[in-house]
Amino acid sequence: MALLSKFDDMRAALQALAAGGRNPFDVRFEKISSATEGVLEGRPCLLFGTNNYLGLTFDESCIAASAGALRAGGTGTTGSRIANGTYGDHVVLEHRIAEFYGKRAAMIFTTGYQANLGLLSTLAGRDDQLLIDADSHASIYDACKLGSAEVIRFRHNDAGDLARRLARLEGRPGNRIIVTEGIFSMLGDSGALREIAAVKREMGATLIVDEAHSMGTRGRRGRGVCEDSGVESDVDFVVGTFSKSLGAIGGFVVSDLPDFDLLRIACRPYMFTASLPPAVVASVIAALSRISTDASLGERVRSNSGKLYRALAQGGFAVGPEPNAIVALKMPDKETAVRFWNRLLDQGVYTNLALPPATPGSLSLIRCSISAAHSEAQIESAIATMIAVGRELGILGAEPKKTPAPVVDRVLA
Amino acid sequence: MSDSIDTIEAGVIGLLAHRVPADTKVTAETRIMSDLGLDSVAVLDFIQDVEDRFDLSIPLERVAEVQTVGELCAAVQTLKGAAR
Repeated sequence: MALLSKFDDMRAALQALAAGGRNPFDVRFEKISSATEGVLEGRPCLLFGTNNYLGLTFDESCIAASAGALRAGGTGTTGSRIANGTYGDHVVLEHRIAEFYGKRAAMIFTTGYQANLGLLSTLAGRDDQLLIDADSHASIYDACKLGSAEVIRFRHNDAGDLARRLARLEGRPGNRIIVTEGIFSMLGDSGALREIAAVKREMGATLIVDEAHSMGTRGRRGRGVCEDSGVESDVDFVVGTFSKSLGAIGGFVVSDLPDFDLLRIACRPYMFTASLPPAVVASVIAALSRISTDASLGERVRSNSGKLYRALAQGGFAVGPEPNAIVALKMPDKETAVRFWNRLLDQGVYTNLALPPATPGSLSLIRCSISAAHSEAQIESAIATMIAVGRELGILGAEPKKTPAPVVDRVLA
Repeated sequence: MSDSIDTIEAGVIGLLAHRVPADTKVTAETRIMSDLGLDSVAVLDFIQDVEDRFDLSIPLERVAEVQTVGELCAAVQTLKGAAR
């Protein structure tokens, strides 16, 4: 039997997807020109699928800090912090991120994925129980597999279901650890954190919230849905990423837990991988400073998201439950989603194609991410193109109209 | 009184009927993913129906061991027994 024959189903599914036009897992930009524009297939395109929520990838202060650190500290750390040493800026960044969240301590990881992998697999021991939201990100599911705790999945955003599952554990030894998210990555809906925090308080548990998609986009100070929901004091650990709102790469965990630093010598995804390079650390420190001092970034991404969400909902699309920096269009079926995504790219608008089983409820989605850096003209053009393609494909049920000239001709000309 | 395996099987097959085409024949030997064409998330959502029906939680590591309807029913029976 061929070594990769176990993936025959995947191969067939990929071939079917690619037959619809492009391979959605292999989109190759020839150039990324700014936080909102790139070049694809020889033509400029608008970026509405890069999670660049605050547009900081091209921020001058971040680039300057990063370039300076590259010159001063070299291209990489060539090893892990426990085996090969910590750089001064690793510690500075940990202090800054802890300070940003008003927590005592922080640990930084090389990616956000590893932050979840590290925290959950280390915190939850053999006799403990992890209770995770059903719509949790793959990194949370993978963290559960890496650890040795019992893993129980509760219905998405359903605090009542969580409470029932906690009640079933009564009398059992072990710590209960609840894991949920600030904003869920597929539909862009917020975690029901007030209700979940109330269950946590009432029944006794540790609460972990992943704010990967909500840091910088929600909360007065950009501290996410925990801040917006007024539950920060109930949350024992906030997990997040430097790769979205902060425009670089890396992950973090912040907490008030005494002896938090003990995790550094128990957490394998922290211990056995190379640490973040100086240039990345410096740009993240600069980006944190930007979001700490410029509230307009968060306001702009919220305003842009609201505009796109409302226009697409009013245009007749089935959208996610609320406006956030992720706006999902629910497609009637997988084939239509593939055609829609390809037609948008033909018209110079890059979004994400999200298909089952990566989506909740077996939905086929066009997933848009919105940035503070998107101009009004770019938002309006994306809306016009999506509505035109929606009509062309019969999703909106209106008279098909002539598709307008490619967005890039109108916006970038 | 604990649920018999037949009662559990009838309940599980009844819940599965909501998620597969009407003319699909489901028995204890039916493999939930490969025979019924459910993807991994759809299976987990079906498992939640089973958990609600029998008032128990089936840990994910236990779900991973289950391939057939019969194996799922046996897991439910064991967990119901353990809860007493």
